[in-house]
Amino acid sequence: MKQILTALILVLVPVLAIAAGGGGHLDNMEPDLSDKASLQRGAKIFTNNCMGCHSAQYARYKGVAEDIGIPKDLYVENLIFTETRFAQLMKNAMPSEQAQQWFGVAPPDLTLTARVNGPDWLYSYLRGFYKDESRPLGVNNVVFNNVGMPHAMVNKGGLCAEKPHIGAEESVDPATGEVLNDGVCDDWAIEGSMDPEEFDRAMYDLTNFLVYLGEPALMDRKRIGVYVLLFIGIFFIFAYLLNREYWKDIH
Amino acid sequence: MSGLIKWIDDRLPIVDAFEKHMSKYYAPKNFNFWYAFGVLSMLVLVNQLLTGIWLTMMYTPTAEGAFASVEYIMRDVNYGWLLRYMHSTGASMFFLVVYLHMFRALMYGSYQKPRELIWIFGMAIYLLLMAEAFMGYVLPWGQMSYWGAQVIINLFSAIPGIGEDLAIWIRGDYLISGATLNRFFALHVVAVPLVLVGLVILHILALHEVGSNNPDGVDIKKNKDKNGIPKDGIPFHPYYTVHDLVPIAVFLAVFATIVFFFPEMGGYFLEKPNFQQADPMQTPAHIAPVWYFTPFYAMLRAVTFNLFGLSSQFWGVVVMGAAVAILFVLPWLDYSKVRSIRYKGILSRIALTIFVVCFVMLGYLGTVPTTEIKTLLAQLGTLGYFGFFILMPFYTRMESTKPVPERVTTK
Repeated sequence: MKQILTALILVLVPVLAIAAGGGGHLDNMEPDLSDKASLQRGAKIFTNNCMGCHSAQYARYKGVAEDIGIPKDLYVENLIFTETRFAQLMKNAMPSEQAQQWFGVAPPDLTLTARVNGPDWLYSYLRGFYKDESRPLGVNNVVFNNVGMPHAMVNKGGLCAEKPHIGAEESVDPATGEVLNDGVCDDWAIEGSMDPEEFDRAMYDLTNFLVYLGEPALMDRKRIGVYVLLFIGIFFIFAYLLNREYWKDIH
Repeated sequence: MSGLIKWIDDRLPIVDAFEKHMSKYYAPKNFNFWYAFGVLSMLVLVNQLLTGIWLTMMYTPTAEGAFASVEYIMRDVNYGWLLRYMHSTGASMFFLVVYLHMFRALMYGSYQKPRELIWIFGMAIYLLLMAEAFMGYVLPWGQMSYWGAQVIINLFSAIPGIGEDLAIWIRGDYLISGATLNRFFALHVVAVPLVLVGLVILHILALHEVGSNNPDGVDIKKNKDKNGIPKDGIPFHPYYTVHDLVPIAVFLAVFATIVFFFPEMGGYFLEKPNFQQADPMQTPAHIAPVWYFTPFYAMLRAVTFNLFGLSSQFWGVVVMGAAVAILFVLPWLDYSKVRSIRYKGILSRIALTIFVVCFVMLGYLGTVPTTEIKTLLAQLGTLGYFGFFILMPFYTRMESTKPVPERVTTK
């Protein structure tokens, strides 16, 4: 028993050390891939606002449509703007050399961005733009300093005049009981067509979709994993009993 | 059925081989928990070979196509993600079980006479496993694949005189490129596994020649009954084949939990920058090797001073090489009259504890960026690591040992 405990500690120490890591000044975002409506809204935002410049070249329209539950004809009609066929990869029409000239850097492919940066970072980044006249495009971002990308959704989300409160704790004024820091931005330079809560929800949906896009297997693997573990559990019972039967004469 | 077996046995001694290695191979009856990691290593090896074969069917070994083909496996190949995660998790789990298997040998003196060759074959397996894992990690052609390989192969250029040419010879180019990827693919998929499997066979043949050690370090062949069977031995089959099913089930549960629920293991099994395609123009902010190399990486970085007109980088490489090389001579460093830690003296116990603490600490330090304090800790850890081996001839002779029982003990 003592030996088993020792081994468990040896194995668990690194695991716990991993679990304790993390942090940073980002807003928390918990993806929910079972929410198909959110993924569909996210796909719509992605296609309309991101795919003009960014590709998702490792994913296929067909796979995305099937996974998030959009029928083929509806998807082809509304979410494919180029001549690309339904079963092809989600590349885009912008040549990367020209893009590099226009923006200083070619817009990165977004298929795996959620796996590289994580949902918290994406959710914060998408809501982290603010007005900064010193930058060539007049905008900067709190989680990605001197970002080369324009605020693509400024007409919807608006533009904050100062650094928005990303990753800030909500605090209550002790004298008045008023909630401080309740919104992301206190002072808007440009008002968007969505109100701030609505825009946050939209960015949640977009981040959710990007998490799906980063690893489509995430839709299945946990569900399958439960069955696999159940099977191994049953196998363990038989192995344990068989072992007890064989070893009862060994002393 | 028995007719078929006889037909084959007249032409190939399969019955004899089965008896020699399974049904009449007498293993000590007092194996404990620690003896599961040998069979578990074998299980992971089979997992790596099988998932590897299927991954090879879909993978493209070119700088242009490698990254996209891995994503193709993850998305378009049915259950390709499962094959890939089983392979990537298997790599890390291989090292985990091999480290625990090696620790078992250290604890119970399984490297001592007459098992020196088993130990040496084991160390050769470990060395090849490191090469196999290193080259395999380059194949997905992500940022960490590329820059990790860049850092490690550049180590060779620290060797005075021939270093630069040697590094170019290994890469097949002036920097890591498609040429490097191609040769690593060939070595990872064909050459190294072939030798690895051969060494595993030698490891087991050598073991079955002299017989297994046990937690008491008692030689069970000294006490035989009138049929010449060790009194403390039991046939490997069916007793241990059945016995091993229990830890196998536990291991599979842990393995499946990682594969299905935590395949990235918080960035330790699959590092985040590796989801970005290799880009020779952009260096990642922090380059760290995968966790199983980090103790040696920490020792490499612990050498911060030049010596005898040679650079600290060169001495770092020497220290790292020596850390692996010293393992090979371990059987000739232990002068203890007893095998098992159960009967060794207090000095051996302290030494083994310090060794484990140092190794785990170095493993952690290798994953994080260096600071002054951390470099100092890494230097202390390196001293502790080497001290365990270099001082072994002295402390194993100085200490007084406990009397070893005639027969094995069971609880």
